[in-house]
Amino acid sequence: MDRLTLVKRILGLAVLIVALGFPLIVTQPTMVNFAILILMAAQLGVAWNILGGYAGQVSLGHAVFYGIGAYTSSVLAAKFGLSPWLGMLAGGAIASGFALLIGWPCFRLKGHYFAMATLAIAAIVEVLVTNWDYVEGAIGIYLPMTNSGWAGMVFTRSKTPYFYIALGLLLLSLLVSRILQKSYIGYYFRAIKEDPDAARSLGINLARYKLVAIAASAFLTAMGGTLYAQKELFIDPGSVLAGSLSIKIALIAILGGVGTLFGPVVGALVLIAIEEFTRQIFGSTGMGTDMIIYGGIIVIIAMFSPGGIAGLLGEWERAWRARRKLVYTPPGDGI
Amino acid sequence: MTHLTMTMLAQTIVSGLMIGLIYALIAVGLTLIFGVMDIVNFAHGEFLMLGMYASFWGASLFFLDPLFTLPLTALMLFAVGVLVYRLVIRRILAAPMLSQIFATFGMMILLRGLAQFLWKPDHRTVPHALVEGKITLFGLQLGTPQLTASLGAVLVTGGLWWFLNRTRLGTALEATSIDREAATLMGINSERMFALAWGIGAACAGIAGALLSTYFPIFPEVGADFILVAFVVVVLGGFGSVAGAFWAGIIVGEVEVLGGFFVGPAYKNALVLSLFLLVLLFRPRGLMGKA
Amino acid sequence: MTHAPLLAVEGLHMMFGGLVANRDISFSVGEGQIIGLIGPNGAGKTTLFNCLAGYYRPSAGTIRFNGVAVGGQTPEEAARRGIARTFQIVRIFPEMTVLENVMVGAMLRTKKVAAARAAAENELVFIGLDHRSDVKAAQLTVSEQKRLEVARALATHPRLILLDEVMAGLTPTEVREASQMVVRIRDRGISSIIVEHVMEGIMPISNRIIVLDAGVKIAEDAPAAIARNPAVIAAYLGE
Repeated sequence: MDRLTLVKRILGLAVLIVALGFPLIVTQPTMVNFAILILMAAQLGVAWNILGGYAGQVSLGHAVFYGIGAYTSSVLAAKFGLSPWLGMLAGGAIASGFALLIGWPCFRLKGHYFAMATLAIAAIVEVLVTNWDYVEGAIGIYLPMTNSGWAGMVFTRSKTPYFYIALGLLLLSLLVSRILQKSYIGYYFRAIKEDPDAARSLGINLARYKLVAIAASAFLTAMGGTLYAQKELFIDPGSVLAGSLSIKIALIAILGGVGTLFGPVVGALVLIAIEEFTRQIFGSTGMGTDMIIYGGIIVIIAMFSPGGIAGLLGEWERAWRARRKLVYTPPGDGI
Repeated sequence: MTHLTMTMLAQTIVSGLMIGLIYALIAVGLTLIFGVMDIVNFAHGEFLMLGMYASFWGASLFFLDPLFTLPLTALMLFAVGVLVYRLVIRRILAAPMLSQIFATFGMMILLRGLAQFLWKPDHRTVPHALVEGKITLFGLQLGTPQLTASLGAVLVTGGLWWFLNRTRLGTALEATSIDREAATLMGINSERMFALAWGIGAACAGIAGALLSTYFPIFPEVGADFILVAFVVVVLGGFGSVAGAFWAGIIVGEVEVLGGFFVGPAYKNALVLSLFLLVLLFRPRGLMGKA
Repeated sequence: MTHAPLLAVEGLHMMFGGLVANRDISFSVGEGQIIGLIGPNGAGKTTLFNCLAGYYRPSAGTIRFNGVAVGGQTPEEAARRGIARTFQIVRIFPEMTVLENVMVGAMLRTKKVAAARAAAENELVFIGLDHRSDVKAAQLTVSEQKRLEVARALATHPRLILLDEVMAGLTPTEVREASQMVVRIRDRGISSIIVEHVMEGIMPISNRIIVLDAGVKIAEDAPAAIARNPAVIAAYLGE
């Protein structure tokens, strides 16, 4: 292990310890809430990244999985009194199933077409749910607050437990990402992303691995949806199925760096910070300053650093390593 | 079917035609850009939004009707399109698809944000529009602004078709769209053609915005209402086909209003989007698209 | 040889719309053979490769590999059965390292990453790219990228490898090295079909040469005889 890797490991451990102790040190509810927002955003970015970043299938409709998660657990809790913990798993399973269902036909589409199809599917589902009386349509679902405590995943006095649930979900998502990334599946994802035809020549069944990616991504995204529902105790199509939410989920990963483990975490930090910062400075989100800033950042990243913030850091790391030990590069072969 | 429902149905079909023609005009710009350079412009709805605001400010500051300022709006949007091409698109032509999606996507968010910042998120309407009210034609009540707008859309779309097929510059653009390399070999400057496609594409969206501004609320996110429909039209018509977009625009307009009529207004968008998915999955090259 | 050949193609037709790219092509490849496939541009060589490797479904005719009819197979099935290929215009995974590129190939036979890495390292030594393992594939020279593609294909443990113009653009020394590489691949028991314009690269090593012209097989013979074949000379002069 070289020095930089060691430094990174220590830094990672330090961040984790700080994160674990954060609500104990910082007790202002606004700060805790701010931290929860970052963790939740990061978790969604990490989940999106499995499909959009590693496997290279850009989804602009991830809110549909988030919404399925939120609605499944909420309906089960509100109508059948089922524990949201089980609801979370049920939501994940249904979201995965739905992902496989739409993935099967849509994965035949390439690039721009796939992105547009996901956009359309999410919009259709939003319309359908808005007009579906069983799930209270446009009115939305209020969750029962009676079952306060860990069993019911409802915390009314302090938001701190939500912090730990969000952190747990984020760590779980990172773990899943990491396991996939390090296994042959991760290599296959990258191969499919970089050159699908070449990947096929090596025996890779494109559809199968894209379906693995979308199922895993949908499951984790849906879990995030359940957490949101439990934290807010109210959901409606506008809050968990909106097109703008799909965009935001994609943005988190893009901003931080697609296809990297911690990129989305960095992206969430920056994105939520920008949102909160502009809210502080300009008073409200209605001003559009947050959109100007992150719209501008996306354009700049797309133009100059497709790897996002993590991509930039990676470049610096490579430059640093190159300075440390001059990597042997033989002279060109004269082509 | 009673006489009344027959009239209502006819009314519905005509209003579908009218909105469909506007959809066609928005979509031809999008399809032109895609045809020429294989890039989907997610910010196309925002060009429309800018066209609407240009009309609005012309009307409320200088008391000029959107129909009078329309040529100026078109020119402004042409300039915006060329500028966007020069500043952003030119640099991502060879970039991975992901970067291309995000570049126009980021622009969409940026322009929405700018509009919110500069002009507030309020819904606005053009004061004292020149064409107002309704006229009765063959027993059907038609909104005059809607009728004017759809006629304008037909003229502009037809004009664009004429330009692409009957003028030297237009054929050069069309040639670039069919085979970029061959066009370059024939001495066509593809850089110039790309800029032209963005200019014309944005101008079409701007004109559509100006035409809509007389009867549609104007707000920063208005583009979102139209971009998905425009995608549907482009896909249905076939990426890159102006004539295809024209007919597809009408089809989508009809599906929307007839869906609203028979199934319920709440589901009209879902129906249009389902049509979109069906086309994407079963006939990805659309009605008149290149293979 | 008494048993069935490794690859047997019979009456293969490939049409695109009204255009015939391959017409009634028949030939076979035995175990451990090197077959040269030549012909003017547009003769249908790459189309034939795409049929063999599962990228196109032949319009008519049969392809038997190892005794099994494989006409309508997908590329991934072809790879699993032991038909590997390279591409005329190199298709490496540019953002992956050289080693990772080859590992993806090796993962066809082992899903264990460590085992795939070991197998990939061996292939890189075999192909002479081991000193470039940790470099991003995009940073290789074109000739190195071509070798990388071969290593990646070999890592799938093929019984037949389809090499599409691996010698194009190489210097005379490199062409000689590439020829020796094909021979060493043969020595591992892997048959190959080589599409090539560089005659001095394949003439000395091929068991037989097949010549395509305008989608039709016009000759199949030993290299020395092909060079004297009037039909072949006519096809090339007519180019």
